[in-house]
Amino acid sequence: MPKLSQFSFPKDRLSGRELIVVAALALILIFLMPPLLPGFRLDLLHRYLALAIVALGIDLIWGFTGLLSLGHGIFFALGGYAIAMHLKLQVPATASSPLPDFMALYGVTELPWFWYPFYSFAFAVAAVVVIPALLGALLGYLVFRNRIRGVYFSILTQAAIIVFFNFFNGQQKLFNGTNGLTDFQTLLGFPVRDAQTQYWFYILTVIFLALAYLLCRWLTMGRFGRLLVAIRDDEARVRFSGYNPTSYKVLVFAISAALAGIGGAFFTLRTGIISPRAMDIAFSIEMVIWVAVGGRASLIGAILGALLVNFARSLLSEQFADIWLFFQGALFLIVVLALPTGIVGWLRTEAPNLIAKLLGRPQPVATYPELEFNPEVQYEREVLQREDK
Amino acid sequence: MTFLLESVFNGMSIGAVLLLTALGLAIVFGIMGVINLAHGELMMLGAYTTFMVQNGFRQLGEGWFDAYLLIAVPLAFAVAAGVGVLLERGVIRYLYGRPLETLLATWGVSLILQQLVRSISWQMTLQIALFCLLFFGGRWFLSKRAIAPRWQAWVTPVLMVLSVGIGLTAGLVAGGAVGLAMTKPWFGAQGVDVTAPSWLRGGVNLWGVQFPFVRLLIIALTAVCLVAIYLFLLRSQWGLRIRAVTQNRSMSACLGIPTQTVDALTFALGSGLAGVAGCAISLLGSVSPNTGQNYIVEAFMVVVVGGVGKIVGSIVAALGIGLVNYVIGSGLMTRFLEPQTALFDFFEFFASTSMARVMVFILIIAFLQLRPAGLFPQKGRTVDA
Amino acid sequence: MTPILEIEDLTVSFDGFNALNHLSFQMQAGELRVIIGPNGAGKTTFLDVITGKVKPTQGRVLFKGRNLRRYSEDQIARMGIGRKFQTPRVYLNLTVRENLELAVARHKGVFATLFQPLSREERDRLHTLIDTIGLRPKANFPAGLLSHGEKQWLEIGMLVAQSPDLLLVDEPVAGLTDEETHLTGELLVALAESHSIIVIEHDMEFVRQIARTVTVLHEGSVLCEGSIETVQNDPRVIEVYLGAPLEESPSTQQP
Repeated sequence: MPKLSQFSFPKDRLSGRELIVVAALALILIFLMPPLLPGFRLDLLHRYLALAIVALGIDLIWGFTGLLSLGHGIFFALGGYAIAMHLKLQVPATASSPLPDFMALYGVTELPWFWYPFYSFAFAVAAVVVIPALLGALLGYLVFRNRIRGVYFSILTQAAIIVFFNFFNGQQKLFNGTNGLTDFQTLLGFPVRDAQTQYWFYILTVIFLALAYLLCRWLTMGRFGRLLVAIRDDEARVRFSGYNPTSYKVLVFAISAALAGIGGAFFTLRTGIISPRAMDIAFSIEMVIWVAVGGRASLIGAILGALLVNFARSLLSEQFADIWLFFQGALFLIVVLALPTGIVGWLRTEAPNLIAKLLGRPQPVATYPELEFNPEVQYEREVLQREDK
Repeated sequence: MTFLLESVFNGMSIGAVLLLTALGLAIVFGIMGVINLAHGELMMLGAYTTFMVQNGFRQLGEGWFDAYLLIAVPLAFAVAAGVGVLLERGVIRYLYGRPLETLLATWGVSLILQQLVRSISWQMTLQIALFCLLFFGGRWFLSKRAIAPRWQAWVTPVLMVLSVGIGLTAGLVAGGAVGLAMTKPWFGAQGVDVTAPSWLRGGVNLWGVQFPFVRLLIIALTAVCLVAIYLFLLRSQWGLRIRAVTQNRSMSACLGIPTQTVDALTFALGSGLAGVAGCAISLLGSVSPNTGQNYIVEAFMVVVVGGVGKIVGSIVAALGIGLVNYVIGSGLMTRFLEPQTALFDFFEFFASTSMARVMVFILIIAFLQLRPAGLFPQKGRTVDA
Repeated sequence: MTPILEIEDLTVSFDGFNALNHLSFQMQAGELRVIIGPNGAGKTTFLDVITGKVKPTQGRVLFKGRNLRRYSEDQIARMGIGRKFQTPRVYLNLTVRENLELAVARHKGVFATLFQPLSREERDRLHTLIDTIGLRPKANFPAGLLSHGEKQWLEIGMLVAQSPDLLLVDEPVAGLTDEETHLTGELLVALAESHSIIVIEHDMEFVRQIARTVTVLHEGSVLCEGSIETVQNDPRVIEVYLGAPLEESPSTQQP
């Protein structure tokens, strides 16, 4: 028998149990997975966990707030570039030039001014978060202020990503153009490609994923989260209720951008390269499909979707290289046409019925007036029970 | 003077390509409110159609070859329009009123189309044909018969698995038996080149300016398309119906206008124009499965800057963006400025095709700050109700 | 005493079409005013201008003596003007309680929403309101599952939760049963004790139930104003509602 609470949103409070589950999962990922998985798979898992952080950000703006950004690759890449610039400045003492290696190729003799602050590790780490957030806030402000929304917003973000792609692609002297930044040596004195260092990065990725999850959870569980949903459902109405949606959207877009930046930085640390290809249009739309497959407006769904889709991709493209794009295309169609709430939503609502139906035992359809489902009756019963006590 | 003429011409020819690609979008997006991210792929299909027609005419001999465009343009229109109708009937019609979902679905379609062009071979054609025959045929066959309610839920999944399985294996077996002739992709992932007919090579020199024939042809083609759309929408029966459905769908339906046919027709028109645009861009450079991607975003920018639902807006926006793109990208401004000044350095920095795109986007964002609804906004209470 | 709402020579034009045409209007605090008018008279545009959705082409709107032109919709809402839409607009994916929560919160800035829980007084008001609109049993239902009438009431509840000084109510009884209509009328009259209210309505029965003063709009200007009887007997009103008087019509007016 369904209870009233079945319809309500996830709990308003972070329960102790949820915290324990999150911590337990994080511990499993940190301690159990490395010995269980072969190195190659662990490498993939690490990458996809980094992408899951990005997916959380996408879920926040798309799943909850209804803003479909097709340009999150920008923030992802900026996070990656920020940490990569710091790494490129760790020039070994034996090198012929004190500049990052690629600069010599293009005859750069003096470090461009904006590279200087990246000598500082603290600055680089801050930049991973702050630069995407500030850019997101600025772009968001310029767009939302004019009440550009819906598909117009999506198109503009897509245009923005082309712009950034062209910019990074065209600036060989500043960012090594198409080749991007790669061939990293050390970070804080540790060799970056060393297995032990990579394990530390892995641990950090898991921790940051857990933190990002908790952040998103906190953002979406209270009045703020309800307002995001309200903006998604009826933005004009939000205005007439006295809220200014612009500031909410700017904030949430900035947070989402920062999450993408963090994901990008960890991804770059693992793969050892960041190039303008991270700002491929296709990659940014793919981020959306992770969330859609998992279940929009479900944080678990976002993480799950990022992991599932990416593992499916690596499995499929190992076996048949051509099939992946067909599969991905089909995935877009399925998620939109047949599975709008994603896997998590489907598991919650339709899966039990479908299985029962396939087994030939359809559940009786309860029409609204039925006593057990009538909220008024239920409420009266609750009141009576309370009075009895 | 020469110099002014040259920049106007070059700007116009960039603008004409933009406009041609944006026209179909302006119709599909402006009239139907549908974001079709597969528009670029429809262009790509048009370009590949041109390539195939060209190959066909080459077989016929040199004399015939020069005439292939006469067939290629209408055929590109027809192919793209056909795929467009399939897309509308198969996917988009379920998503009216949900633009973000449409956007994602059409992106999925665009991925499929890209990969299809890359890997299509006789083997794959066979597989797809078999699958369609078995799956849709099977459904049609079973729909005529009574099935126990207990098994009804099984029909689609079982049919799906069976037809996919049979289709795939049959294709693989046939591919193994016949060999390379069957499995070799028709086009492959590499680009293909369309050779312009001999009469399009070269150009005409007027007032000291070179006008390449190809560019002139594209400008002419754009103009023809514009006039045709104008006549169709404003002077024909179906054009009137399309406009009626745009303004009030339910009222039109009450008056006996077949709104579904109108939707399909509108979409076919927009898609067909994409095909023509594809035909045009195939003359400009080599064509690859990714070709469409390079044009789509700028085409959307044209529509947004012009003001959605206004074709006039798209025309002005396309020409404007084309001109700005050329003036900045070719480094024209640097000719007038003193070297070593800040302004000179500024324009020098943006004087390349890719950096010009950066500049154009910044200008577009700035422009949208002033006029969020584009050059020719729609006004009134009905907007954004 | 300054009137709560004062509109001077207001014109709004869309592409040359004047939806409102040199309209002047005044209303005192505590008044319950009903606005009627045939379709296309500019009633909804009138509300749009007051709430800041549409900016006047000419003329000005003063709320408690302040010109509203410079303010955006949300600022105007925070100044104390609440609006109920013609078709109920509630947040369908939020529960009844959450809908009201958003409306009842007094601080609507981003950071207040994030860090500041509802105050005790706000929570009390929330609970009273849920009872007042009779949705207690469905408090945890998503608003999308409510019936049309329940949504109307929820929206009125949200409006009251905002505790505005001026309530703008657009066709509150469209699509309601007679009983619901009557209840809504009583609710509005009760609200008028403590609020100033503008109601736009077509249902003359309902207008008679609640109206004290009626303003008739026609083609974007005020046609006449007065008590319900005065207005109903005004020949100009009859003309705009029923069309030009027929040949015989003068005879019917004779005793």
